[in-house]
Amino acid sequence: MFHIYCPYCAEYREEEEFHPRGQAHIARPADPEATSDDAWGDYLFFRDNPRGVHHELWVHAVGCRKFFNITRDTRSYAILETYRMGERPTVTANGPEAVPSATATLTGALA
Amino acid sequence: MSKVVQFDPHPAQAAATQSPLHHVAAKPAVGETGVTLTERAFLDHLIVRGEPGVLAGAVEAVLGLELPTQPQRLARNETGSLQWLSPDEWLLIVAGGEGFRLQRELREALGEAHFSIVDVGGGQTLLELSGKHAVEVLMKSTVYDVDPRHFPVGKGVTSVFAKATAVIRRVDESRWELVVRRSFADYCLRWLLDAGEEYGIAHQPTQPAVASHRQTVTDTETVS
Repeated sequence: MFHIYCPYCAEYREEEEFHPRGQAHIARPADPEATSDDAWGDYLFFRDNPRGVHHELWVHAVGCRKFFNITRDTRSYAILETYRMGERPTVTANGPEAVPSATATLTGALA
Repeated sequence: MSKVVQFDPHPAQAAATQSPLHHVAAKPAVGETGVTLTERAFLDHLIVRGEPGVLAGAVEAVLGLELPTQPQRLARNETGSLQWLSPDEWLLIVAGGEGFRLQRELREALGEAHFSIVDVGGGQTLLELSGKHAVEVLMKSTVYDVDPRHFPVGKGVTSVFAKATAVIRRVDESRWELVVRRSFADYCLRWLLDAGEEYGIAHQPTQPAVASHRQTVTDTETVS
């Protein structure tokens, strides 16, 4: 039994209700036509695989069906915080500036 | 008023209608009845979506219900029930045949605002569990904590139910409602009959809510 706090339902819910959807805060290049193939490839296919603090996108699939973010430690699997789309993480590996801020608007649109 | 094509899902002339559980016959409890399972078929289910600030006034005016903006809340009155499903989504369940009228009134009250109302009544049905052992049957069926201390009257959640999903709501001290998908209704009913056997579960046949203009078709089999 493992519970995850959904920031929209405002309570801890069973893990079975959630699905992970990969790395969070991925910014779509503002001008795709002017983006190099390398940068576009990075955006589409390449993801971080850190040892330690990782920001992830999750969806409360059986429940409110909203996307939200989880900050998780990949060493211990501990969930350090959950926060809504468009919000900034308070727990980061290298301080808040470690996460690109331009992504907030993109992820907010998915909410 | 928004430019949306609307049609009354209930035709004026009698049309044959089948409940998703039309094929399951009544089953009395073995021994003392501890749980009663009833399907409330043919209710109108509407999904209302929009920002709470946009919807609250119209909902209050048309339904006389305060829009539940707190998570997992369920508001009820004689018109029907309105449940929070997500921060911009509510489930409105009213008597069969009332949905179209209320939908029109809501659309008129909301005017050009950004919202959506969808009739989902054909896709889901409502099961009611009552009796002193109803909560024990639910505890066997869902991962959600349905302990009465954690699940007061007027709460409703969407969660895993058996190997399907259901909206679980507590309408009063001993009555619980499950909103299940039409295609999962048979599975959920059979699960409940099996889970409730040890508590003496009785299944009553479908009770049409309001359907004077309907002709219901039943063709039952006994679940063993």
